[in-house]
Amino acid sequence: MSFQPHTFSFNESDGAGASTLDVSLGPQHPSTHGVFRMNVRMDGETIVKLQPVFGYLHRNHEKLAESHSWLGTMPYTDRLDYICPITNNWAYAVAVEKLAGIEVPERAEYIRVIVGELTRLQNHTAFLGFILGDMGAWGSALMYAFREREKILDLFEWLTGARMMVNYMRFGGVRCDLPVGWLEKARAYVETYPAFLDEMEQLLTGNEILLARLQGVGVLSGERAINGGLSGPVLRASGIDYDIRKVDGYGVYPRLNFRIPRGTKGDCFDRFMLRILEARESIKILRQAFAQIPEGPTLNPAVKQRGFKPPVGEAYGRIEGPKGELGFHLISEGGEKPYRIHIRPPSLINLTLLEEMCLGTKLADVMVILGSIDIVLGEVDR
Amino acid sequence: MTALTPQFVLSRINAVLPEARVELLDNPSPCGQHSLLVHREDALRVAEFLKNDPELLLDFASNVSGVDYPDHLEAVYHLFSIANKQGPIVLRTRTGDRDKDVTVPSLTPVWKSADFQEREAFDLFGIRFEGHPDLRRLLMWDEFVDHPMRKDYVAPDDYEYEPTPHGEILNKAAASHA
Repeated sequence: MSFQPHTFSFNESDGAGASTLDVSLGPQHPSTHGVFRMNVRMDGETIVKLQPVFGYLHRNHEKLAESHSWLGTMPYTDRLDYICPITNNWAYAVAVEKLAGIEVPERAEYIRVIVGELTRLQNHTAFLGFILGDMGAWGSALMYAFREREKILDLFEWLTGARMMVNYMRFGGVRCDLPVGWLEKARAYVETYPAFLDEMEQLLTGNEILLARLQGVGVLSGERAINGGLSGPVLRASGIDYDIRKVDGYGVYPRLNFRIPRGTKGDCFDRFMLRILEARESIKILRQAFAQIPEGPTLNPAVKQRGFKPPVGEAYGRIEGPKGELGFHLISEGGEKPYRIHIRPPSLINLTLLEEMCLGTKLADVMVILGSIDIVLGEVDR
Repeated sequence: MTALTPQFVLSRINAVLPEARVELLDNPSPCGQHSLLVHREDALRVAEFLKNDPELLLDFASNVSGVDYPDHLEAVYHLFSIANKQGPIVLRTRTGDRDKDVTVPSLTPVWKSADFQEREAFDLFGIRFEGHPDLRRLLMWDEFVDHPMRKDYVAPDDYEYEPTPHGEILNKAAASHA
């Protein structure tokens, strides 16, 4: 079987004639979220067509997973969305636990919530810096954002031995208990965080240029967002009340009290504000988790990690990652290696409606719209 | 509201679309996510029904996976209802075989979210989605000829092999160095 190769140009004429200009944006620049390319057709500076081109970072994790043990895929999940490795670990662990029916000890569930919400905090912090970069304020905002992010990564390094490539979750728990003094340090850090958010908001939220660049740009209706499969902050910014932490109630989230922020207009500003509000809710979750975390085991002793063999069957497990619904579809034949692992990457699927959001806007808005979706190419291309 | 089960979804399909060929596939895993195998000729109608039926409202096609089995390929859809906060309902369509009859209908007209994911399944498994608005490779480059996620795929020694200079070119180079 063979297929005709396609060229990268647009396939059909849209009748726009000679006054339009085709530009290949990337790979790289679009404010360097990574090796991503967009083919755009512009009438003057107005976008009339946009086609994303993927695959520059494709490593085929799913094929690699078929030749590894079940546990052997865990460190690979760190490399999907490398900004938030711990939540990737968590999604994979949740899916495997569904597949094999594994119980997780209570303390491990609390540790998962704590590291997961810290990951959400640092992802949204980094987002604040990146979106300002997309608007042309290169550096300053990102520097302050990364200063805070690095403090959270220091906590992760203390806990797991690595800033980013943590490999921390196990089937039925976590790899190691919290080190002595870690909780106190994390609690003290989280208490400093609202002041940082206030400072950032003071600098950014009311800023005239920021408002002009974000408000009314890249508007998306809730109905379209659902049909396009968007999830996470982008979906909620369009006014949809859907958070998997509430809907599925995985882990110990049902015991924790927090609210789900929602946007009203579905524009870039709503997506920006939503991250700030979500970060504030994460702080609330963290405070409760710090207060409630019990003593006890952190790993289910009945689960054999090495040579792990889940029963025959399949399962789809998902969590609310910082960027949206991160899911794993697993098929087991009962052996030591998976028959099939499919990753449902929020970054890729959130790009489905990129063209719809960009049509009719100016070229400079495309970077902002792309930035407001918050993608990581390690996850888009896998 | 009680949890939406595949048995209930099947009974709704049978009640409203009695001629559609849908069967329940058992999943032995403790998670109990049994799936609905829909005959490919009925898939588009069934998908429309699942999305619009007021008792189901499966408006969110979250995940699309391609799967390679020994004698056929499958496209697996994980459907959720954001309106009713239900799911997942697992919907599968099957190709006739692995080589010649590899067509299933695209469900992108129903759920736009399947767009990139069906392209990915086409790219990596070679499932042809009929009715897809823009069926091109997603992750591999356009000139690539095989489908790397298939179980019988053999990776080449060197992905970027190009013939080395020889004959005429070498003579020309030698002449320029003389």
